[in-house]
Amino acid sequence: MKQLIQILEGLGSTLQLLMRAASYAGTLPRQIGRFVEQCYTIGYTTLPIVAILSFFIGSVLALQSGHAAENFGPKQFIGLLVGLSMAAELGPVMVAVLLAGRVGSAIAAELASMKVYQEIDALETMNIPPARILVLPRLAAILVMMPVLTIIADLVGWFGGAIVAKYTHFISIEPESYFATMRQYMEFRDVWNGLVKAEVFGFVIVLVSCNIGLNTRGGPREIGASVTRAVVVSLILILVLDYFVTKALM
Amino acid sequence: MAEAPSTTRNPFTHVETPAVGVAVEDLCKSFGTFEVLKHVSFSVAPGEIFVLMGPSGSGKSVLLKHIVGLELPSSGRVTVDNRDAAAEETREQVRMALVFQAGALFNSMTVYDNLALYPREHRIADEAGIREKVMRALQILSLENAAEKFPSELSGGMKKRVAIARALVMEPQLMLYDEPTSELDPVMSATIAEIIATLKDQYRVTTIVVSHDRDLALNISDRVGILMGGELLFLGTPAELRTPTDPRVADFLNPKIDLQNPRFKKLET
Ligand SMILES: Nc1ncnc2c1ncn2[C@@H]1O[C@H](COP(=O)(O)OP(=O)(O)OP(=O)(O)O)[C@@H](O)[C@H]1O
Ligand SMILES: [Mg+2]
Repeated sequence: MKQLIQILEGLGSTLQLLMRAASYAGTLPRQIGRFVEQCYTIGYTTLPIVAILSFFIGSVLALQSGHAAENFGPKQFIGLLVGLSMAAELGPVMVAVLLAGRVGSAIAAELASMKVYQEIDALETMNIPPARILVLPRLAAILVMMPVLTIIADLVGWFGGAIVAKYTHFISIEPESYFATMRQYMEFRDVWNGLVKAEVFGFVIVLVSCNIGLNTRGGPREIGASVTRAVVVSLILILVLDYFVTKALM
Repeated sequence: MAEAPSTTRNPFTHVETPAVGVAVEDLCKSFGTFEVLKHVSFSVAPGEIFVLMGPSGSGKSVLLKHIVGLELPSSGRVTVDNRDAAAEETREQVRMALVFQAGALFNSMTVYDNLALYPREHRIADEAGIREKVMRALQILSLENAAEKFPSELSGGMKKRVAIARALVMEPQLMLYDEPTSELDPVMSATIAEIIATLKDQYRVTTIVVSHDRDLALNISDRVGILMGGELLFLGTPAELRTPTDPRVADFLNPKIDLQNPRFKKLET
């Protein structure tokens, strides 16, 4: 019961924060510096790991499906399989999970420490709403960066699959035929739906992490607790939302 | 003494705004079951300097937070310029600055950017105008050399001075200081006292100072309040403070160092 109330409170304060941040959307043009800074931070912290992980996920996908197709079925469909799985599901979810771990935690830590050391209080007495200068630029940045990161993840994953498909002795199909099935049977919509998903995940992770950070109470120990909570809540939300967004897009 | 003007004049832009008063009416505040403030009432007239004294833990910082609306009363009311201090609009209509006891500087920004944030966000001047204001405030507090430093590179007293400078740049109508001189040397303390008195005389800034500094209270205040255990035990002029009637207040102001019968020994019995 107590936990249910906590969840509802969290949902309420998150929506409130969203409304506030949205009400300052008009100030975004003169916060361009903060926006660019956030884009850079988000991209810089996640891009390398996104690239490494999606390369190997693409490779493993190709390996597994190649192994399964060894005894039956045309092997060039491995391209389609890797292409679809990366674009529709693994790309967006993997980027979101990495984002929760690297960006969500960093946001929660920064805002929680600002709260604990009274910087947030200082902003409020200065009549500078934290939703305007701290939350809005981050939300805008993730909306721009999330599709970029996801497209990179998709491309690197496809490429990883192609390399494995060519050089594994029991598969050995040429990249031309690997990509040909992808081109032939995949629709632009498959990629597009993946991007929509990623956009939803990214936005929710940043919003929730901001809210958890700003609602930290107490001392330094609570900063750590907020970081953990931001990551855990983000991960749960990714998986729950994944189901509903996928369903909605069908 | 020359008659004080009825409006505050912004020291940098010379824009005139009405001086504001503060009223605290029967304020009670509890954290859980712990009562911090018990039926506190007093008012501060526009352009007045009010010094609030009291032992550590008596609720002075909590009281200041109520005035800027960072804490909400459990019961009772606080108004600034006849507007509810707890309402968000009040902050938009009245320029208030609070010098936090711990400074509350923005740790990710340089000292310069800490000071420049308020004028930049409220678009009070162009970058050159802001630079002038900021450098002037830094100069007043002898901080010119610290402009490009980060808060983590400053000493405790320097942080306090940066916090005061940041409040000055805001050109507030209501200025609240939480122990501004507690970490400063005697000369810097005197400078702060002069700043407070000057802001009042020339610009009619209403000021509330939480301080343990008796000299400050006696020299520049118009009125003094003493908060003990969450209750306001004394409210009066500095002259009245010299001859307190309440024995608890007398003991707080002039504690006798008694080596024959020390206080910590009394606790043991
Ligand atoms: N957020 C809070 N939650 C619970 N208790 C609090 C909170 N803030 C303050 N208190 C309690 O309220 C009391 C008054 O605190 P306050 O900070 O106002 O003291 P103070 O008079 O400013 O003391 P000092 O001179 O040491 O700064 C203290 O006992 C403190 O423990
Ligand atoms: Mg205090």
